[in-house]
Amino acid sequence: MVLTFPHMGQMYIPAKAFFEEMGIETIPPPPVTKRTLELGTKYSPEFVCLPFKINLGNYIESIEKGADTIVITGSCGPCRFGLYGIVQVEILRELGYDVDILVLDPPREDYSKLMENLKKIGEGKDFKTVSRAARKAAPIVISCDKLYELAVYKRARERIKGDTDKILNEFERTVYNTHGADKITELLKLYSRKLKEIPEKEEYTPIYIGLVGEIYTLIEPYVNLDIERKLGLLGVHVSRNMKVDWWVRTHLLPDIPLRIKEKIILHRGRQYLGMCIGGHARQTIAHSINYAKEGYDGIIQVMPFACMPEVVAQSILPSVSRDKDIPIMTFTVDEITGDAGYNTRLEAFVETIKQRKIKA
Amino acid sequence: MGECGLYLGIDVGSVSTNIIVIDRDLTVLEKYYIRTQGRPIQILKESLMKLSSNLPLNSKISGVGCTGSGRELAGAIVGADVVKNEITAHGIAALTFLPDTNTVIEIGGQDSKIIIIRNGIITDFAMNTVCAAGTGSFLDRQASRLNIPIDEFGKLATESKSPVRIAGRCAVFAESDMIHKQQMGHEIADIVGGLCIALVRNYLNNVGKGKKILPRVVFQGGVAANRGIKNAFESMLNTEITVPENYDVMGALGAAILAKDEVDSTNSTKFRGFARLKDDFVSTSFECDGCPNMCEIVEIKVGSQIVARWGDRCGKWTSAQ
Repeated sequence: MVLTFPHMGQMYIPAKAFFEEMGIETIPPPPVTKRTLELGTKYSPEFVCLPFKINLGNYIESIEKGADTIVITGSCGPCRFGLYGIVQVEILRELGYDVDILVLDPPREDYSKLMENLKKIGEGKDFKTVSRAARKAAPIVISCDKLYELAVYKRARERIKGDTDKILNEFERTVYNTHGADKITELLKLYSRKLKEIPEKEEYTPIYIGLVGEIYTLIEPYVNLDIERKLGLLGVHVSRNMKVDWWVRTHLLPDIPLRIKEKIILHRGRQYLGMCIGGHARQTIAHSINYAKEGYDGIIQVMPFACMPEVVAQSILPSVSRDKDIPIMTFTVDEITGDAGYNTRLEAFVETIKQRKIKA
Repeated sequence: MGECGLYLGIDVGSVSTNIIVIDRDLTVLEKYYIRTQGRPIQILKESLMKLSSNLPLNSKISGVGCTGSGRELAGAIVGADVVKNEITAHGIAALTFLPDTNTVIEIGGQDSKIIIIRNGIITDFAMNTVCAAGTGSFLDRQASRLNIPIDEFGKLATESKSPVRIAGRCAVFAESDMIHKQQMGHEIADIVGGLCIALVRNYLNNVGKGKKILPRVVFQGGVAANRGIKNAFESMLNTEITVPENYDVMGALGAAILAKDEVDSTNSTKFRGFARLKDDFVSTSFECDGCPNMCEIVEIKVGSQIVARWGDRCGKWTSAQ
């Protein structure tokens, strides 16, 4: 069995570490490129959401490198994502690939189903091996997100434009060929030190923008046209409410304090949207209100074209914008790789916020 | 007075390239509205050459501003002092000539925008994203279907007594709806009137979504020439709409004003001069093979000198000039 999984931002780093610690041969998909998108679009239903297409492209590129089993997470199905695995495996089989897809659905109260699937992945490996690997990989999820948070901080403040990305690119190239949890942890430490050394502009207060929206498009930079980096280079400090470690901690691990904090934030959005309508629409609304409360200067919603939950959220956001007096912009992504229009909107959005701040 | 300082504003859009020249008092001396035809570099060079021969002998370009989706390209070729997005350029232009502006409606060929201004500051904006049904090209297409020159389209709309209801949400729906209404025997004027209303309805739902449109409302962009659209806006918003004198080149005008402000503080211009335009500008693109992202890099060269590069995600080419 040779495992692979779809890309989602930096998720491949802890995932790779986890499976390697279990002693399972793993092929992370090659980074998302135009070819990935082309392959995915060619074999997907035309009207399906963009993440589906990128996933499919990832699988095919991994299968070409020798993978035969695909691991994905599920969502218990409240939006199209819940059906991804089932449809994707049909498409792959029709294309003549003999592969398996194992879906890890997040446990509600019952952890036995998750453990069962994990055991299947572990090829009869005992519980001890699996839990040891999980314990070693879990801190990587957190330190990896920390590294990227540090990059966001530095990029907005770097004295020489491009310093942060030079180091980050170097990290991404190296980590791909680094194996095992210990070595990856070392590498993360090394690059976090390198990032910290980047000289900052003096007495500079950046603009703060919160990103909300659909989880995949928020996390995968190829798909969102590198929105974090683009805003960062405009001198903006960007935060997003969806992160890999956030997902792991609120869906897989029993992290009670974080779950309570999340409940409180969700509660704040109840007057606009009082229930889960699938996807992360509720989080989008609630976190927008939270960002406004925390004093952010603006909010950008990111979603794939025709994402139903986010379309609902999009139509509620103008009320949030009006009530909380904060500019909110929606950024719809699809198979577009020409980014002139997006750059214009980002630049104008930042400009607008600057003017508002001067006035205030 | 010796040489008089002039300011050049360039707006390279997807459909048209607009160039204007203003003097220190913001009087428009020259105004060009040319179709971009997918060849921005050539069109820009030709029009600038033509422009330079029309300028008075003692004139000197003191500053250049570029805007529009081709602003980076134009900025690299002429040597711009300011390269700014269309929202800021349009907003600044409206505010300069009509300081009490609270809302700017801009409808161009490929996109449409709304700019919300409060107390002289741009506070919010929206641009249409994936839909063409709220833009000039939608009207253009329908006009050619009905075989009416686009210039007469607006006048015809104002003649309509009872405009027909036409689906405006999507250009495809609108077109088939329109054909059905035609076949039922409705008058052309009523169909055209209905189309104008459909476009305005679509704009207000799709672009203006939830934004508070307060007077004074300024209407600019190529479509502002259309009386039918202007009337539809007025009746739907129940307020008077102002169409500024230079409604079709407001973006370029804004860029020129921004250039003037910039040069006033820096006291020098980066403008290369008209003579340099004779040089050969070559734009080439190649795929970087440094990583699997395979970014498409665009490189602009004058002779053998590289003046600009962009398109890379990592900054490897942009920073290596």
